[in-house]
Amino acid sequence: MGSYVPGTSREQQEMLQAIGLDSFDQLFEKIPEKVRLHELDLPEGLSELAVRDAMEEIAGKNRVFRHIFRGAGAYNHYIPAIVKSVVAKENFVTAYTPYQAEISQGILQSIFEYQTLICRLTGMDVSNASVYDGATAAAEAAAMCRDRKRTVICVSAAAPPAVIGTIRTYAFGSGAEVVIAPQKEGRTDAEALKQLLDGRTACLYVQQPNYYGQLEDCEALAGLAHQAGAKFIMGCNPIALGILKTPAECGADIAVGDGQPLGMPLSWGGPYLGFMAAKENMMRKLPGRIVGETKDDQGNRAFVLTLQAREQHIRREKASSNICSNQALCALTAAVYLSAMGSEGLRETASQCYSKAHYLQKELAKAGLKLKYQGDFFHEFVTESEIPSSVYLKWLEEKGVLGGLPLSRRDILWCVTEKNTKAEMDELVGAVKEVTRLCS
Amino acid sequence: MQLITEKGREGRGLSLLPPCDVERAEPAQADCRKIPLGMPSVSETEISRHYSALARRTHGVNDGFYPLGSCTMKYNPKIDEEAAALSGFTQIHPLQPAETAQGCMEVLYLAEKYLCEITGMSAMTFQPAAGAHGEFTGLLLIKAWHHSRGDMKRTKIIVPDSAHGTNPASAAMAGLTVVNVPSAPDGSVDLEALREAVGEDTAGLMLTNPNTVGMFDENILEITKIVHEAGGLNYYDGANLNAIMGIARPGDMGFDVVHLNLHKTFATPHGGGGPGSGPVGCSEALAPFLPGARVQKKEDGSYGWTGAEQTIGSVKAFYGNFLVVVRALTYILTLGREGIVEAARNAVLNANYLRTKLADTYPMAYDGLCMHEFVVSLQSWKEKYGVTALDVAKALLDHGIHPPTMYFPLIVHEALMFEPTETESRETLDEAAAALLEIARLAQTDPEALHASPRTTPIGRPDEVTAARHPVVRG
Repeated sequence: MGSYVPGTSREQQEMLQAIGLDSFDQLFEKIPEKVRLHELDLPEGLSELAVRDAMEEIAGKNRVFRHIFRGAGAYNHYIPAIVKSVVAKENFVTAYTPYQAEISQGILQSIFEYQTLICRLTGMDVSNASVYDGATAAAEAAAMCRDRKRTVICVSAAAPPAVIGTIRTYAFGSGAEVVIAPQKEGRTDAEALKQLLDGRTACLYVQQPNYYGQLEDCEALAGLAHQAGAKFIMGCNPIALGILKTPAECGADIAVGDGQPLGMPLSWGGPYLGFMAAKENMMRKLPGRIVGETKDDQGNRAFVLTLQAREQHIRREKASSNICSNQALCALTAAVYLSAMGSEGLRETASQCYSKAHYLQKELAKAGLKLKYQGDFFHEFVTESEIPSSVYLKWLEEKGVLGGLPLSRRDILWCVTEKNTKAEMDELVGAVKEVTRLCS
Repeated sequence: MQLITEKGREGRGLSLLPPCDVERAEPAQADCRKIPLGMPSVSETEISRHYSALARRTHGVNDGFYPLGSCTMKYNPKIDEEAAALSGFTQIHPLQPAETAQGCMEVLYLAEKYLCEITGMSAMTFQPAAGAHGEFTGLLLIKAWHHSRGDMKRTKIIVPDSAHGTNPASAAMAGLTVVNVPSAPDGSVDLEALREAVGEDTAGLMLTNPNTVGMFDENILEITKIVHEAGGLNYYDGANLNAIMGIARPGDMGFDVVHLNLHKTFATPHGGGGPGSGPVGCSEALAPFLPGARVQKKEDGSYGWTGAEQTIGSVKAFYGNFLVVVRALTYILTLGREGIVEAARNAVLNANYLRTKLADTYPMAYDGLCMHEFVVSLQSWKEKYGVTALDVAKALLDHGIHPPTMYFPLIVHEALMFEPTETESRETLDEAAAALLEIARLAQTDPEALHASPRTTPIGRPDEVTAARHPVVRG
């Protein structure tokens, strides 16, 4: 059996004696006999070598695709080596939440830098230290907008299903009502939306680019929300912000999103990162931790957890959220990624995603997969075809390609990032052509 | 120290991407950002040194003793990190076809099986990303169960006044009204107060056991019975499971829902505040309400997805903080059935050993043997010497020790809560005790020295009041 207990059994006996006991059982005397467990039905423990083999064997049952054209909330971007090296530093990995500022300046400063970079990326005034993921960030943002009169959360039908689902679950808790603004041709239907917004609407949530990859007219949608007196929450893809209009420029009150594209591997869905940034007037409603700059007793620059009067350990049931642990190491990852990329690198990454996605879309159209929605898109787009999606995807899978996500029998949601090369895309298109030819 | 955004020079940067190999396309100008990005312009050397400097200014479990009560800062085994870094886990897309993600599904299947055995639960979800997220999820299960029975009036959740702040905050998010019940003088649940608090509007009770003062509540079967008889359900906050894993199970104590903190009990690292993982286990009656999809083992031995028919929905995208679950599974496989018990026993042994060494000097908030943690109350020191819990905590920093949890639980004045965990050696505990006894001597002889601490840390005591009054939250 493996063990991380340093003391030998002799030492343990001596320590028991030091506290005046003879056996371990005496330590647990207060546990009623009726609830004492006599044996745990678990396998025997393993040596480190054996456990490494066991985990490798399990990991080996997964298939690692070399060519990935699937996104839908999890994006296959290049992760610079420096990012992996920094976030593996044991001090960062093994520290707890920085409650003791004097010995946590490194973590605190890194979060402050993360907040700074998120504010710059989104154009917003203030960022928190992270929440769990993009979906929970959206749900938390919606909760920030509620008041006694305004209890309805309006969500675009073109937002990702996971985001809509999470907002609904949080609303089941809080008692808020969720209404879905319909989509038309893959984008939020502004005309239908107008009919839904009223004096009970707390907020409107729109994602940019949306679930289908389409670019929304966020400025106009923000205008509609504001006309109704509601807040506008914009979900953003952080890579797209390298070139796309910021939530601040669109008039958003709160910007949220999933930070996974900023240096986090796919990891079968987590850990990822929820980022949240808001206008200054909503600062005290932001959930979770926020790091602030101050001075120590010698006048040195110092960083601390601040505005804690919002948080659960002070306000208990009146707190703005229950969040305690967040995704600090993922926030650090995002900050190192943004530093490594720099403005130029981030713009280039976004531009390559956009350019390559448009290249692939045109080539796929020639190969028999028609573009479904005609609006512009960032790095994801939907195709439709007469031949079932599954036929294409199965064929691609056999060639070692993870194709787009099947949305229905005929529709596929494709994603292209800077990692996908022209040669790889041409091969994909060749395979698609084969299927179209064979099945037509 | 300078921020990363204050370092570097315009034009510096890394060479990371090859040139674009397709024709360049651009979105319409109206869709493009006009405001500058303002990301750092730094070289790789600068990034590397910047973060090395920040790492030096960060105290982790690897740097020294970390007896932060209720946080279970045990050593984070390196093999767990290796397992989580396997490309067979990190490079798997969450929406890959199930037949190409059998390994990931096996991880969830095994983790569910083993953790259900450890907690005495029937089913588990891994979607919650942290303990508080698990609490919220578990309370929604309770709410959905009452609703499914047409019992809409059960809107109150009973929470002891010793509870962690997340308990009432989670209850509020779940739309439940918190009824605080006072603790008995020994820190346990006051049975009379509980009997008075329950009724037809009781949705349930939230409890940690061992409780937040480090004591196992001997009346646990009576407590859960009172709640069940009133028609409520019992929620177990797993923050303190480390003391009893393999020794007693929440399910056998009468709990219906349990959340675990894999980043406490199951040795996964805290990452400076996260990511954690807060799986929620429940009884068979509540399983139909679990969030997200669950892994099922099919007759042919392969894994497939199954959805709970009355699910509360998703509490997050995908399947939770998966790589954290990989670490926890590696840990459980390493320890196995004997190792899990050994860990709990030594966690309790270490706490009692340190407690015994301090008991003559430090006023203990509660008498008798403790479980995995103990609480001292320095109220008398504050009155006699003008020395507070904060002073003692700050003085410990100069000894290279992370202080215990301060000012929690709220029911103890000038509280310091120590949780040494099982992964500390006797020498470490002896050294910590010696440091604490030296601090106690100074409290009596030279309290000013304590007020002036810490002296050896990268910064002195920060001005938190100004930080909150005039917030500067970005560079």
